[in-house]
Amino acid sequence: MRFLDEYRDRASVRQMARAIRGIATRPWTLMEVCGGQTHTIVKTGLEELLPETISLVHGPGCPVCVTPLEMIDRAIAIARKPGVIFCSFGDMLRVPGSTESLLDAKASGAEVRIVYSPLDALQIARAHPHREVVFFAVGFETTAPANAMAVWQAAREDVANFSLVVSHVLVPPAMEAILGSPACRVQGFLAAGHVCTVMGFEEYEPISRKYRVPIVVTGFEPLDLLEGVYMTVAQLESGRAEVENQYTRAVGRSGNRPAQQRIAEVFEVTARAWRGIGEIPASGLRLREAYRRYDAVERFAVEGTEGVAESTECIAGLVLQGQRKPHECPAFGTRCTPDSPLGAPMVSSEGACAAYYHFGRRKENGYPTNVSSAASGH
Amino acid sequence: MNQLIEKVFLPAFSNEALDPRHDGALFSVQGARLAMTTDTYVVHPLIFPGGTIGDLAVNGTVNDLAMCGARAIGLSAGFILEEGLAMDTLQAVVASMRQASRAANVSILTGDTKVVDKGKGDQLFINTAGIGAVIAPRAIGPAAVRPGDAVIVSGDLGAHGIAILSVREGLEFEGEIRSDTAPLWPAVEALLDGHVDVHCLRDLTRGGLSSALNEIAVAAAVRIDVAEDLVPTSELVRGACEILGLDPLYVANEGRFVAFVPEGHADRALDALRSRAVSAGAVRIGSVQEDPAGLVTLRSRIGGNRVLDMLSGEQLPRIC
Repeated sequence: MRFLDEYRDRASVRQMARAIRGIATRPWTLMEVCGGQTHTIVKTGLEELLPETISLVHGPGCPVCVTPLEMIDRAIAIARKPGVIFCSFGDMLRVPGSTESLLDAKASGAEVRIVYSPLDALQIARAHPHREVVFFAVGFETTAPANAMAVWQAAREDVANFSLVVSHVLVPPAMEAILGSPACRVQGFLAAGHVCTVMGFEEYEPISRKYRVPIVVTGFEPLDLLEGVYMTVAQLESGRAEVENQYTRAVGRSGNRPAQQRIAEVFEVTARAWRGIGEIPASGLRLREAYRRYDAVERFAVEGTEGVAESTECIAGLVLQGQRKPHECPAFGTRCTPDSPLGAPMVSSEGACAAYYHFGRRKENGYPTNVSSAASGH
Repeated sequence: MNQLIEKVFLPAFSNEALDPRHDGALFSVQGARLAMTTDTYVVHPLIFPGGTIGDLAVNGTVNDLAMCGARAIGLSAGFILEEGLAMDTLQAVVASMRQASRAANVSILTGDTKVVDKGKGDQLFINTAGIGAVIAPRAIGPAAVRPGDAVIVSGDLGAHGIAILSVREGLEFEGEIRSDTAPLWPAVEALLDGHVDVHCLRDLTRGGLSSALNEIAVAAAVRIDVAEDLVPTSELVRGACEILGLDPLYVANEGRFVAFVPEGHADRALDALRSRAVSAGAVRIGSVQEDPAGLVTLRSRIGGNRVLDMLSGEQLPRIC
């Protein structure tokens, strides 16, 4: 497959790993921001190729993981209303709210549908004018343009039976929150390539300057990630702290202007609570006044469940900020598994805990925490 | 599903033939070695590129028997029709069943039909059961798997699941992806005719290759190692999986299986399989090791190692 196979080529990958070994003289801790990157790293066993002195910690860029509990409860309450068709991206369905998940609601009769795009949800609304069709608009800057477009189209065509539960979040404020924490151990970032495809990377330049931290916009294939690591380590080793772009085949400095304009027309920046982390100022998007009639939470006047306690055992917040690795949690793989998750990162395949669990970094049953030792006879 | 079987059905029905949890049950009647199996089909849409629910209902049961080393000798078919099902659709499904049973050289010997009120079913459900004559000289199943065995898949993976999904989601790809639904007995017969000492066979239906390997690794108490770049997938299926955020190793197939044979028989097994159209794309993807028991490891395309895990529930597409 062109544009994929060349970035998964074993010889090129090995060569890049050797290049990293060649320049890394000291221990460095880097964070890959996006859950999609975490998924690739764990799925391909990429860390085995890195020198032991380079440590990758996994960032907050998993939309499923950071959507707050009360927002999931609101979504479920809306999905359970008679006449509602509730549409969502697939991996939101299994995330536990305070008492159940959307999948549980579906099993007990709510009409919950998986869609690949908010525009599909809008199409369902056009096809079922007597039903209320609600889309769960989660995600980072990557999913925001399509969600904005769905609302914009609904407004233009006056599709009145369509609305969104909006829980959008933004990457740069989360990076600042991580960097501002006294417990921060991140020395360089692999920024989320697809977020930057939309937003460009100008907004990372002040962060890089303020915190003296290298930020390299990085793609999602194994070779992309290793090149991102190489560029970040090269900066650290030479004492530089700049924003650089590894993912040049998809990202330009200014990003996708029409997409940004559509986002800005429909959404405005707001404070947002992040599951496991807490409220971060100016870190989310909500519908502007002119589009507020498409806000499902207002339309259905559902109560939030603020104050519902998360599992006290779950260390998701620390994992999402790169302060702990999933297998350092006492509940990991024992009381918390994808079948009965305590926290959201154990649910989505982009969640660091689920990625570790599925791809073998677990302690149960005497399995090695790192499978390379088990498979060394291969 | 696994939990349901373990918590509800096995404790209630436990017996010698059921407990091994193989694709079919083995038993003897007056010296004749027989296999029996049943399966119920609830696929949506009923008609899809490369097949219908009817093909699946015939081939699925024929294949479950084949995985026991048994040639199907007769099938039953039960139909639950929802009021309002288009007669044309039913005709098309029945015609495909007739064709599939001819291709598999087996007859539908008995049947049953029920009609339920509109809203009480999803158009059409089919149950089939089958009885087969066991041809394999030795018991085929996880208990026969040994460290050192070669692991072979019978062809490229994922076409069925992606064909269904592309219709269900209204997705259009550059080329049409057709279901791989097919009777597998000719491939198994070729192995047996070629005097391959077949240790274990498993068709790669729900949950795909990954689930089959995990079940066998646990049941046989061995470790199974496979190499990602040896697992065959077509360009089209790989591309579709990339777009949809799915992993072909977990996608369902209806005409593919995995075979465990002794290392020394691997080449003979591949020759035998490649001599039949349904398994012309057979390749070796890995081997069986001693421990840790119950573990399946995958060497990734770039050379890293990881555990290939069992799927928890449906494979859900990722957000971005």
